[in-house]
Amino acid sequence: MRIVVLLKAVPVVGNEKLVDGWRVDRSAGLEANGNDEYVLEAALKLVEAHGGEVVTLTMGPHPALEAIRKALAMGAARAVQIVDDALAGSDALATGRVLAAALAHLEYELVLAGADTSDGQGGVVGAAIATRLGLPYLSYAASIEPDPAAGIVRVRRISPTGYDVLEARLPALIAGTQLLGEPRYPSLRGIMQARSKEIATWTLRDLGIDPASVGPAASQTVVQEATPPPQRAGATVVREAPDVAVERIVAFLVSRRLI
Amino acid sequence: MAGAVWAIGEIVEGAPTRLTRELATLARQLGEAAALPVAAVLVGPDAAAAGALLAEHGPDVLAVEVDPGGRPTAAVIAERVAALVRERAPAFLLVGASNDGKDVAGILQGLLDWGVLVNGAGVRWSDRGPQVEMSVFGGRLVTQSTFAADRGIVIVRPSAVTAETAPAAGQVERVVVDPAIELAPVRVVDRVAEASAAVPIEEASVIVAGGRGVGGPEGFAVVRELADALGGVVGATRAVVDAGWIGYAHQIGQTGKSVKPQLYVAAGISGAIQHKVGMQTSGTIVAINRDPDAPIAEFADMMVVGDLFEILPRLTAAVRARRG
Repeated sequence: MRIVVLLKAVPVVGNEKLVDGWRVDRSAGLEANGNDEYVLEAALKLVEAHGGEVVTLTMGPHPALEAIRKALAMGAARAVQIVDDALAGSDALATGRVLAAALAHLEYELVLAGADTSDGQGGVVGAAIATRLGLPYLSYAASIEPDPAAGIVRVRRISPTGYDVLEARLPALIAGTQLLGEPRYPSLRGIMQARSKEIATWTLRDLGIDPASVGPAASQTVVQEATPPPQRAGATVVREAPDVAVERIVAFLVSRRLI
Repeated sequence: MAGAVWAIGEIVEGAPTRLTRELATLARQLGEAAALPVAAVLVGPDAAAAGALLAEHGPDVLAVEVDPGGRPTAAVIAERVAALVRERAPAFLLVGASNDGKDVAGILQGLLDWGVLVNGAGVRWSDRGPQVEMSVFGGRLVTQSTFAADRGIVIVRPSAVTAETAPAAGQVERVVVDPAIELAPVRVVDRVAEASAAVPIEEASVIVAGGRGVGGPEGFAVVRELADALGGVVGATRAVVDAGWIGYAHQIGQTGKSVKPQLYVAAGISGAIQHKVGMQTSGTIVAINRDPDAPIAEFADMMVVGDLFEILPRLTAAVRARRG
């Protein structure tokens, strides 16, 4: 199986370096998005079981070498990154278009993406890419079971009441969750091997994408203002013995009309 | 700015979800503020019946009936909504931040090339159209965003508004649409109900959550009892879900759910950023922790320093006694 994993390098939540008020400095200090590491792990297990290779696909205004090298050290065969200054400030719409254009240059039976990213929080890009490429879209995966011989894949999808078992033909795009299982740590051998693995760098021009169609000027969404959230007054600290502490909690909840 | 505001709803077990009722209410409020027409769209085998319930919130309901076979997939919903959008040209679509809703929004973005504003914690009308409030960067900032064009899709979180019935109910119109584009099919082989998965945690007004401090799966008994006494649900941190003490449906925070209850009781939770991002906008936060210096002290309203196994049972008894 040839599997492409969409891997986003994101700022560490809570440690974002902000510039111009609300823009994130993405030139350094990025790590692989949490949900993307879960689907990478699932992809590595699938090629271990079925043969084939895992290729990661990343885009951004700056090279995301730390996140990519870790993915290669975990076991991905090679990486493709789309790096272009013009990508800074792109919205979900542009992101989906660029990744769909890049996927058209790759061969795969499965594309895996994290259910969402910790910085964008939207969870819409995977669905938009699948739609553009005419791929079946299976989301919120808790397990992924391909049958390459039959050309199908089954996914257990988290539903509001339990889970659904979905089936679609290959190639397909699957967005996965934490339930796919803990990502492995890179081994020392993996880290050594990663050094000689290929990281291909593509530009928007390579993909035939007009730089004017991405970035802030093309963004369909506009941040009008950004402000710090209202601060809480600071915690009332209760250190008394349990009986008194509970009396104080109850009085507090009553004062706020919560009980 | 012309063009209607539509709420794209979801039907679960024959009725519009609570989030769908909130979307219909929000559509009506925006329509009143902007003097724009509004409607709600429901797609499903029982769309007209569910539509009658949804119409109580004001908007007219476009009910798209599809073949029986349970809840339609996001692809089935989105391809019909896209066809209706092309036919009737609304300007703004409100979609719920549920799993299905986000899938519908993403597919619609791929079909329509519209911008999407995600994670809306509040939406009000501005001279630039809908202005969407969202919490970003681990809660460090609250942004207000609009669309660059006179169209767009807003993904709205649960409890951004309170569902209210309208003085005058809307009409239900049965609509037949022919999806112009057929999406790659996804077959539903089976739908499995799991009691542990059906936790309405994003809609709960009270959450009692446990972290590593509860010590093990059995430790959740005291958490669950307090949640029951308060009429709330049980939440958890990723660490205890990873440890297998409780199911993923309960997980709050990054890679789990984001919640905004009126009351959040955090028992044995240190308050790491990965958890904080999912619950920091809660109304009142009460933390119970042995460690007075746990990070949660920085964003709680009340920090109770002590052993949760001594405090929770007493608090449960006190709440039950008050409620009679």
